[in-house]
Amino acid sequence: MDLMKLTAVQLSEKIRAGEVRAAEAVEAALAAIEAQEKRIHAFITVDRDGAMKAAERVQKRIDAGELKGPLAGVPIAVKDNICTKGLKTTCASKILYNFVPTYNAEVIENLEKAGMIVIGKTNMDEFAMGSTTETSFFGVTKNPRNPEHVPGGSSGGSCAAVGAGEVLCALGSDTGGSIRQPSSFCGVTGLKPTYGAVSRYGLIAYGSSLDQIGPVANDVTDCAALLSVIASHDPKDSTSVELEDYDFMGALREDVSGLRVGIPNEYFGEGLDPEVKSRVLHAAEVLKSCGAQVEHFDLGMLEYAIPAYYVIASAEASSNLERFDGVKYGYRAEDFEGLHDMYKQTRSQGFGPEVKRRIMLGSFVLSSGYYDAYYLKALRTKALIKKSFDDAFAKYDVILAPAAPTAAPRLGESLSDPLAMYLGDIYTVSVNLAGLPGISVPCGSTSAGLPVGVQILADCFKEKTILRAAYTLEQALGKEAQHGEGI
Amino acid sequence: MAEKITDETIDYVGILAKLKLSPSEREDAKADMQKMLDYIDKLNELDTSGIEPMSHVFPVKNVFREDVVTNGDAREQMLANAPEQRDGQYQVPKTVE
Repeated sequence: MDLMKLTAVQLSEKIRAGEVRAAEAVEAALAAIEAQEKRIHAFITVDRDGAMKAAERVQKRIDAGELKGPLAGVPIAVKDNICTKGLKTTCASKILYNFVPTYNAEVIENLEKAGMIVIGKTNMDEFAMGSTTETSFFGVTKNPRNPEHVPGGSSGGSCAAVGAGEVLCALGSDTGGSIRQPSSFCGVTGLKPTYGAVSRYGLIAYGSSLDQIGPVANDVTDCAALLSVIASHDPKDSTSVELEDYDFMGALREDVSGLRVGIPNEYFGEGLDPEVKSRVLHAAEVLKSCGAQVEHFDLGMLEYAIPAYYVIASAEASSNLERFDGVKYGYRAEDFEGLHDMYKQTRSQGFGPEVKRRIMLGSFVLSSGYYDAYYLKALRTKALIKKSFDDAFAKYDVILAPAAPTAAPRLGESLSDPLAMYLGDIYTVSVNLAGLPGISVPCGSTSAGLPVGVQILADCFKEKTILRAAYTLEQALGKEAQHGEGI
Repeated sequence: MAEKITDETIDYVGILAKLKLSPSEREDAKADMQKMLDYIDKLNELDTSGIEPMSHVFPVKNVFREDVVTNGDAREQMLANAPEQRDGQYQVPKTVE
């Protein structure tokens, strides 16, 4: 039996039933990583020994009947901006190339409680700034469907690892689309939870008001199970919100009858690849045939989302990344004259071009004389964007949209023109500005064989509505594929 | 058109950002920032008078908890991450003559 062909929930069932040992699951993942890494390079660190030891501990708890959760015993990959005690955490940056956290992020504590096994740390755009996983100090990750293309980003390593079958699930983080866009590019399912649903304690901050950790997996069920594991109220994160309940798997029902689905007209305008458009509209048709009420409408504000996002995210980044100065951890320049020059040399040598670009833009928009014109203007725009979603969710239960305007671009095509790359985030960034939850679910491929994802969005804390719609769509598309129809 | 990015602006931003740019990085930064600000200018099309700047999407209030130490002493491990350390402290270049 090839364990890596199971879903995470199925694998855990077998482990808890005693059919498979946790150590066998870890060995299967390590073997898959060994076989795939040369081709896709999804990992920065693989923790072979740590994972084998964790498997022993988990097995004892399973044998003692202490672990009954749906993902107990399952190996998981974690994006390298999430702190893991004793295991190198680099943010894919030279400035943190050797940083070993002294504590676990809250989500890692939650994974351990649930009996999950961290097998390694995945590659990403440096400090999560980028849309291709090409800005990593440790080299690019490649798309598992076609290694001549990017996996997307910034959680490109996590999505590629799942897409290549190296692991059955992973954690990513999403500041402006960094889970949903690479999920779309790699043909996997990824969910960005409502801001505050998952603790950010131990997530190395990029844009603190936008960052959320979320699950990546091969199907909606695994995403729901993993969300139940990681979501929690954490007093260590003052923006953490206590939810009514954490049983997201209960939402997995094939039932969208009467569900009001809104399709924003602006998301299907200029710039959208016709093949992506037809796959996403096909998904809408499928939901309709399952009983949903599908309607097109004007959402508004789309064209202002990217400028507002880049002002706010860069401003927060410039402040959050002040701490990297060569004193307490990470890289320090070798030659400098005095303390201040050490800071400057260390940061100039330690950060890559994209990170520097955003720190500089952020420093500028926060500087005296420009703060009102740029930063406060962006925060006012954010209020208007939030309002446009409030109005939409008064009429619709979910919004359906593409995750990205195109399928995965070729390697090396994106970084030369930063603004053009930023425009690729057009369908994802407003969700972060408004704090909303969103999922990307595979909905077919282009004629070149590259995956396409459809985004399903809902109002804050309506993850269950999203999961129900996504699950219904996934099941219906699966049946369609079995019968050889459509895509 | 957005604010014109001059050499002085880039110098000033370099000080704020604690970055030292090579001459070619400087030119690139100037061009990139100009392009972004021209693009960001799009926000000026929007009438935002009377709109409060929104930092948080939910109404947030101060979150209080008891000030109790719950984590252990990790001094050795934390210092192990420092590029330079001496006598249990972070070591930096001499700053006061």
